[in-house]
Amino acid sequence: MPVTPYDVQIILLTFEVAALAVVSVLPFALVAGWALSKRFRGRFLLNALVNLPLALPPVVTGWLLIVLCGAQGPVGSWLQARFGLALTFSTPGAALACAAMVYPLMVHAIRAGFEAANRDLLAAACSLGAGPMDQFFALTLPLAGPGIVLAIVTGFTASLGEFGAVITFAANVPGQTQTLPLAIYAALQTQDGATEAARLSLCAAALALLGWLITGFLGHRLGRPIRPQVRN
Amino acid sequence: MAVKISVEHRRGFLTLNIAFETPSSGINVLFGPSGAGTSFMLAAIAGLQSAKHVQVELDGDALHTVPAHRRRVGLVFPEGRLFDHLSVEQNLLFGLQRAPRKNVRAGPERRRTSRGGGDKKHKPLRPGDVAELLGLQKLLNRRPATLNVSERQRVAIGRALLAQPRLLLMDDPLAALDAAQRAETLHYLQRLRGTVPIPVLYATHSLEETYQLANFVVLLEGGQVLGAGPLTELASRVDLPLAERPDASAVLLGHLHSHAPARGLSSIECGSHIIDVTLCDFAEDTPVRLLVPAREVMLALHPPRDIGANNVISGMVCAVRHDVTTHAALVEIETSCGQLLAHMASDAAQRLHLQPGDRVHVMIKSLSAMVISG
Repeated sequence: MPVTPYDVQIILLTFEVAALAVVSVLPFALVAGWALSKRFRGRFLLNALVNLPLALPPVVTGWLLIVLCGAQGPVGSWLQARFGLALTFSTPGAALACAAMVYPLMVHAIRAGFEAANRDLLAAACSLGAGPMDQFFALTLPLAGPGIVLAIVTGFTASLGEFGAVITFAANVPGQTQTLPLAIYAALQTQDGATEAARLSLCAAALALLGWLITGFLGHRLGRPIRPQVRN
Repeated sequence: MAVKISVEHRRGFLTLNIAFETPSSGINVLFGPSGAGTSFMLAAIAGLQSAKHVQVELDGDALHTVPAHRRRVGLVFPEGRLFDHLSVEQNLLFGLQRAPRKNVRAGPERRRTSRGGGDKKHKPLRPGDVAELLGLQKLLNRRPATLNVSERQRVAIGRALLAQPRLLLMDDPLAALDAAQRAETLHYLQRLRGTVPIPVLYATHSLEETYQLANFVVLLEGGQVLGAGPLTELASRVDLPLAERPDASAVLLGHLHSHAPARGLSSIECGSHIIDVTLCDFAEDTPVRLLVPAREVMLALHPPRDIGANNVISGMVCAVRHDVTTHAALVEIETSCGQLLAHMASDAAQRLHLQPGDRVHVMIKSLSAMVISG
C-alpha cells in the first residue's frame, strides 16, 4: 500500500496547519499560562474560559468561530477589510480552528512551567541580589522553559487530529483546509474510498503515535530534569 | 554598633508591633512560638514583604530604604528554597556572582557601605572556606533534589553567606530536620558562630538551639517583644518565658581550666569559681558555655556536708516565682560565676521561706552540667 503524492500533499498541509496553529496561539497561551500561575481575583473565571473548548462540542467551537471570525463576523469582516485576509475556506482558517481547540492543552503545560518558578523561589533569588529581570532570566525562564517546549509539541500533535471545529469553520477544501482527518472523512464519503481512507488512517495513526511518543518522552525528561549525578 | 529593627504591621488577627536592638555581631536569637509572625517579620526586614512600617538600621546605615535585591540582607528559609535546575555549586555561587565587587566603586550605595566600615575590616567569604565550614565539598556536583534535608539547609546557609550579606536572617532553619540531623547541623552552626563576621538574626522556637547558638536573645510573643538581652541574663529570668520551660537551663560562660582524666572530670573556670563536670574533650583555655538544667539544681540554706554533688556554690536569691499551674517554684540565684536557675516544688520553696536576698548554697552534680563550645 504505497503512499501516493496525494497523501504526501495532505500530510504536508496538515503539518502546515498545525505549525501555523501553534505559532499563532503561542503568545496567547504564554500570557494565559503565566497569568494562571499567579494568584489574582478572577483566576477561576479565566481558567474556565480557557478550558471551555475542552468541554464544548467541537462543532460548537467551529460555529462560534464562524459567528466571530466568519466573513460576516466582527473580527472576520475587520480582518478582510484591513488585511484582505479571509479565514473561511482557507489554510489560516483551518489553523485558527485547530488553535482554538489546542489552546487549553498548551495553557496547561505552560502554566505548570511557570508554577515551577514560584514566588518563594523568586523571593529567595531576590534576597540573593537578583533584580526582577535577573530573576526572570535566571529562574523563571529556565524553570518554565521545559513547560513551554512541552506545550509546543503537545499543541502540534493535538492539531494533527482536529476535525470537528476545522470542518465546521473552514470547511473541507482540498489543498486549502483538507487536513488528514478531513481527507479521511472525504474518502469515506466516496463510493470506493475505503482503501484511500484506510491508507490515510494508517498515516494518521503513525503520526499520532510518533507525536505522543515525543510528547511523552519530553514530558518525562522535562518534568523531571533532575538526574542524580552522584560522584564519589 | 548595633542592629536596630522595628516592624509594625497588622495581618488578619495578628498585630506585629516589634522594636528591638541587638549587637552587630554574633548570633542573636529571636525566640518565640512558631506562627507568631516571625517569618513575616524576617521577610519584611529582608524587603520581601511590605509592612506598614519597617525600619532596619545596621551600624547607623538605614537598610530599609534600599530595594530588596540590593539590600544585602540574606535570608535562609525553613524549607531551603534551593534552585533545583542548578547544581549545588551553582546554587552556592548564585548570590556571590551578584554581590558587589569589593574594589569596584559603583554608585553612592557602595560608598556608604564601605564608609560604614562594617565589611571593610573583614575579608569576603570565599566559596572554598564556606564549603569547608559547612562540610559541602563532596556535594558540589550534586543536584539539590538528591540531597537530604540537613544537606539542603547547609547549602542554603552557604548560599546566603556567599552573597556577602551585611546582615543574615535565619528563619527557623532546622524546623524540617529530625533530631539526628538537627544535632549534626547545630554542630556546623556553632562553627559558623565563631567565623562569620556579620550579625545573624536567628528565629527559632527551640530552647536547645537557643542555648547552643545564642549570644543575645530577643523574646517575642503575640507580636510583641517581651525582653531582650544576653542569653546568660535572660535564661535565668523567672519573669520571662525561657525560665518557665520544664527543660530550662541556666547558661554560664567560662573557660576550660584543666582535665583530670583519672577522676573522669574536667574543670571549668566560671568567674572566680571552678566547676567540675564530667570529662569532656575541649582543649584547655577554650571558651565554653555551661548549661545547668534548672531541675538538676538543689538549694540549701546551710553549707551542706557529705553530699553527692561535686559543686557547691554560694549565692543570693534574686527572685522567686511560684507557678500555680505546675506547683513549681522558679528561683533565680546570683552567684559569682553567673546567674543560676533552680526549679523546685513550690512546697519546698515555701518550707525554706525562700525570699529575694536570702543566702543559699547551690549544689550542682558534675553529671548534670553540659559543656558546649562557647
